[in-house]
Amino acid sequence: MNLLNHTLKYLAFALFGILSVWAVIFYINMLDEVYDSLDDGLDNYKMLIIEKAHADRSTLHKTEFAEGNYEIREISRESAKNMKDIHKDTLMYMPFEEDMEPVRLLTTAFKLDKKYYELKVISSMVEEDDLIEDLFFALIWLYIALLASILLVNNFLLKKVWKPFYKLVDQLKNFRLGKHQTFNAEDTNVKEFKVLNETVTSLVLHALETYNSQKQFIENASHELQTPIAISINRLELLAEKNELTEANLETIGQVIQTLERLTRLNRSLLLLSKIENGQFSDTETVSVNAVVSQLKEEFADFAEYKGVVISMEEKSGLNVVMQKDLAMMLISNLMKNAIVHNHTNGALDVEIGEDYFKISNSGAAAPLDPAKIFRRFHKESGDKNNTGLGLAIVKAIVDLYGFRIRYDFDGKHSMEVFVKNPE
Amino acid sequence: MKILIIEDEPDLLDVIRQSLEMENFLVETADTFHSALDKIISFHYDCILLDIMLPGGSGLDLLLELKNLDKSDNVIIISAKDSLDDKLAGLNLGADDYLTKPFHIAELTARVKSVLRRKSFQGKNRIVIGNLELDPEERTLSISGQPLILNRKEFDILTYMIVNKNRLVNKTSLAEHVWGDHMDQADDYEFIYSQIKNLRKKLKDNQADVEIQAVYGIGYKLVQP
Repeated sequence: MNLLNHTLKYLAFALFGILSVWAVIFYINMLDEVYDSLDDGLDNYKMLIIEKAHADRSTLHKTEFAEGNYEIREISRESAKNMKDIHKDTLMYMPFEEDMEPVRLLTTAFKLDKKYYELKVISSMVEEDDLIEDLFFALIWLYIALLASILLVNNFLLKKVWKPFYKLVDQLKNFRLGKHQTFNAEDTNVKEFKVLNETVTSLVLHALETYNSQKQFIENASHELQTPIAISINRLELLAEKNELTEANLETIGQVIQTLERLTRLNRSLLLLSKIENGQFSDTETVSVNAVVSQLKEEFADFAEYKGVVISMEEKSGLNVVMQKDLAMMLISNLMKNAIVHNHTNGALDVEIGEDYFKISNSGAAAPLDPAKIFRRFHKESGDKNNTGLGLAIVKAIVDLYGFRIRYDFDGKHSMEVFVKNPE
Repeated sequence: MKILIIEDEPDLLDVIRQSLEMENFLVETADTFHSALDKIISFHYDCILLDIMLPGGSGLDLLLELKNLDKSDNVIIISAKDSLDDKLAGLNLGADDYLTKPFHIAELTARVKSVLRRKSFQGKNRIVIGNLELDPEERTLSISGQPLILNRKEFDILTYMIVNKNRLVNKTSLAEHVWGDHMDQADDYEFIYSQIKNLRKKLKDNQADVEIQAVYGIGYKLVQP
């Protein structure tokens, strides 16, 4: 529910309450006024009839309402003395309506020629039912009209008023850290929106700054770590060359070197990943995927043979991509390396190159991998200590950098299919 | 053979110096732009290892100075910056080779020896060790005068091991040198063993004077018993 309708919902409830209370008060006041005016009329009428009776005694014989709206009846002196003017509502049969209808009745007494008479004057009254009904419908229409006009005002006016807000929300919705490098909120004259824009902008810029410095930090840290690690390895190698070590000591040194080399690999991958994400591979050239795959197939031949994996290559078409050459090598070599490492003995690695894609599939574990997780940093399916958990993260970063698409599939074989934008 | 190392990082300088001294080179060092400039102008070196980032100035300016002195052809640039611009600038100024930090000491030794070979033998660029004669340019090997055919990888391994004779060669360094940079994070490099095994057999069958020993857990060493 959006803000406009939300307001409308509460307004609808509030208006309902207000109008109901208002209707009751209005009705009571109205009725009061009507009675007041009716009673005044009856009093006036009374005076006229009494005057008429003074002038014309035949009036005194009008003992039934009949065609007139009064009746006169002689009464005893005592009852006349006790009588006061009484206005009251009563029902009377109306031949026209063929029903009992409410009337206002004034009962009074007067004295004429030493005789006492009781005078009843009636006046037809507003029908309360009709009045309530009319009022009710009038109120319903008023209510609907009010809601409709609020809705219109909301849609045309408020929408205009809230426009800067919705603009900002849209901008925020489309904003991605790492993808966008600036954030500019649109100008507005409304003070609250101005404050909101300024606050959001400064928040986003701060986040951007933090994000960028974080990325830069990872890159710098990996860079600074490289040389100390390399020196440690070098020093250990120099130590191992001195012929004064026992075999057990050499073995320990070997293990430390291996661990440090793992650290080197991890660090190198992290550095590469940062460099890709920091956009440091900007120069591009046309690279033949076919040539890269052939070259890597040759480079990996011994490794594949050692692992008992047969590499085959099916070139359905020549495929050229425009990208940084090292990254093209890195992309394909990481995929191929993965396909060899996570394979079994007597397994297969098939590379298929089509017009706008290349697909690397391999035999391996019998269960499919989780496509949502495999491209995450440091996600490891196996407990292999030589696996940095960054290989596919690098692949994904390269694919994203050039706007390619990568898809993982499992149909007994694991396959990675990369769809590239053709340079033509 | 006199080698000058221009490098401001004391640890790295020390490691390179120690390693080159084990090869019986005469090693001099400089750790600032100005001390390096003094040494370049005053003395002659057979090979200069040059860091680009130096306190007091850029290594590229030193290289320019060397070029003016017509001494730039024996320079190997060692730089932490994996920057193509630096590399091109360096090579344009006449540097012989470019090595990105961090590097394996064995790789550096191989590059240094390659520079020295080119300078010293000028055309006749052969390595003789025992009854082996190896031509890195022609890619030929003969044992006791008899030519021996090796495949590309066997030849690369043997050359690398011979250049680093009596030195411990880390198997990572060997794998990266022979199989290329894409082999990292592949495995424990156990796969290089089969090529080493073939090479050993060929050397033994042809009564070569050298043998490749395994150094447990670290790598290999070529020795002349």
